Amino acid sequence: MRDDRHSREPGRGTTLSKALTALLTHLFLVTVCVAIGLPFFWMVTTSIKSPTEVQVFPPVWWPETPRFQNFVDAWESAPFGRFYVNSIIVTCSGVVLEILIAALSAYAFARIRFRFREVLFIVMLAAMMIPGQIALIPNYVTLKHLGWINQYAGLVIPHVSSVFAAFLLRQAILSMPADLFDAAHMDGLGHLRCMLRIALPLARPVVATLALYLFIAKWNDYLWPLIVTNTQNMRTLPVGLSMVQKAEYNIGPEHLMAASLFVLVPVLVVFFTAQKQLIEGIAAGALKG
Amino acid sequence: MRRTRRDALTFVAFVAPNFLLLAVFTFWPVLYSLYLSFFKWNMIAKRKTFLGLGNYQTMFTDPVFWQVVRNSFALAGATVLVTLAIALLLAVVLNRRIPGRSLYRAVIFSPTFTTSVAVAMVWGWILEPNYGLLRVILNWVGLASPNWLSDVHWSLPGIMIVVIWSGLGYAMVIFLAGLQGIPVELYDAARVDGASAWQTFWKLTFPLLSPTTFFLVVTSVISALKAFDVVSIMTDGGPMNSSNVYVLYLYQNAFQWFKAGYASALALVLFVLIMAITLAQMRLSKRWVHY
Repeated sequence: MRDDRHSREPGRGTTLSKALTALLTHLFLVTVCVAIGLPFFWMVTTSIKSPTEVQVFPPVWWPETPRFQNFVDAWESAPFGRFYVNSIIVTCSGVVLEILIAALSAYAFARIRFRFREVLFIVMLAAMMIPGQIALIPNYVTLKHLGWINQYAGLVIPHVSSVFAAFLLRQAILSMPADLFDAAHMDGLGHLRCMLRIALPLARPVVATLALYLFIAKWNDYLWPLIVTNTQNMRTLPVGLSMVQKAEYNIGPEHLMAASLFVLVPVLVVFFTAQKQLIEGIAAGALKG
Repeated sequence: MRRTRRDALTFVAFVAPNFLLLAVFTFWPVLYSLYLSFFKWNMIAKRKTFLGLGNYQTMFTDPVFWQVVRNSFALAGATVLVTLAIALLLAVVLNRRIPGRSLYRAVIFSPTFTTSVAVAMVWGWILEPNYGLLRVILNWVGLASPNWLSDVHWSLPGIMIVVIWSGLGYAMVIFLAGLQGIPVELYDAARVDGASAWQTFWKLTFPLLSPTTFFLVVTSVISALKAFDVVSIMTDGGPMNSSNVYVLYLYQNAFQWFKAGYASALALVLFVLIMAITLAQMRLSKRWVHY
C-alpha cells in the first residue's frame, strides 16, 4: 500500500482539530468493523448457548457456561463427516483441474504461434459474458445424458473450464522473458515441459492466489450442488447445512450456528492466513479485467 | 514449415480441454436454452410440446414475473447505492496511513469470502423478531423491531441488509485500488492552489475515480440481479413472493415445478438483460468516464 500523502499538510489545522479528525475517523471505522464483526461474534456465542439461553429477550451476550455439547449434537444431526469428505473431494479436484486446464490454455496463448490464436482468444473471453444461470437447465440435461447426476464428476467437471484464470496466467507468462523459453527449446525441451518446469514455477505467486481464490469459491458454491445432488450422501457442506435448516428436525438455533461454523472454519482459516494476498489479488484482478 | 505444423498441433492440444468444456457447458447452453424456450417440457418426458413464443407471452402476463423483476431491481438499486457510498467513504479514510489500517481492511473485507449459506443462517437468526440481535439494537435507539422475514413489507429490506453487509468489503478494496492509481502530483497541485479537502474530493478524487465507480456500479448491479443463495435460504422468496428474486424464480420454475421451457425463457431474458448492461457499460464508459 502507498504511503500517506494527503495528511501531511504542514500548517493546515491545529493539533486539536487534527486529533478530533483522527478520533472521528477511528470512531467511524470501529463502528463499521463492529457492524461487520457482530454477525461472526453472534454465530460463535449462539453456538455455545444452552437451549434456554437462546430463548430469552433481551438475549444473552455470552453464555453462563459454554456448552460445547452443541457441536457434538449438531455434528450428529446430519452426516456432516460425509459432507466434509464430499466438499474436500469436489473442491480440491476442482481447483487442481481448473488450474491445469487454465495453465495449458494460458501457455498456448502466450507462447505458441498459431494462425487463429487471436480469434480463439476473443472467443474464450466472450465466454465470460455468459451468466452461469443460463446454463443451469441445459447442463442438468447434459449431465443426465452422461449419467453424472449425483456423481462427483457432475459436481466438478462443468465448472473447471476457465477464462479468468487462463487470462491471468497468460498475463503472467507474457511478462516472463522470451529468451528463457527460446533457450529451453534449444536444449530440446518441448512445450509441455516448458510449461511445467519454467512457466508454472515462475508464475507461482499467481498460481497460489488463484488456488486460494478458487478453493474458496468452490467450497462456498451452493446452487450447482443443490441441483446436481439428490441423495444426502452426495451433498457438499453448504447444501447439507441448508437441508438441516429446512428439514423439520428438532434443531435449535444454537445447533444451526454450530453447524454453520463447521462450514465456515476452513474458509476463515484460509482467509486470515492469506488475507493480504487475497485482497491484493482481487484489486489487481479487477483492474486488469 | 514442419515446425509450424507441429506448433499448430500443440496449440490445439493445449487449448482443447478448455474449449471442449466451454463449448459443452457454456456456449451450448445458450443455444439449448433458446431452443427449450419455445417448448413446454417437464425435463423427464420424451416429448416436448411446441409453443412458439408462448413462454414469452406467458412472462408478460405473469404477475409474479413482474414482481420478481421489480424486486431484483429494487435489490440492485438500494444495495448498490448504499454499499458504494459507504465503501467510498471507507476507502478514502483507509487510503491514509492511519494506525490499524490493515486490520480494519481485513475485518471489513472478511464477509466477501464467507460461505453465503452460513451468512444466511446467522442473519436469519439475527433478524428473528422475538430473540434476534437486531431487535435489541433497534430497541436501544427506541425503535420497535418489524417481523422482518415474515412481513411482506420487510422481507426484502431484510435481504438488502445482508447483501450490503456482504458486499461492502469488495467495493472498498476496489475503490482503494482506484485511489492508488490517482497521481500524487495532482494532489500536490491542488494543495498549492489552496483547495480545501472538500473541494479536492469533489473536483479531483471523485471525477478521477469515475472509471472505478462505473465498474463497481455495473458489476454490483449484475451480481444483485443474479442473487440466489441468501434469498433462497432466508425466505425462499416469501412471504407471498415479497422477497422473490429473478434467479430464485427461475430455479423454482425449473427444479421445483419442472417448467423447463418457461424457465429457459426466463434464463434467456436474463442473459439478454445482462448482455445489454455489459454492452451499455462499454459504450457509456467511453463517453462519461474521465480517464
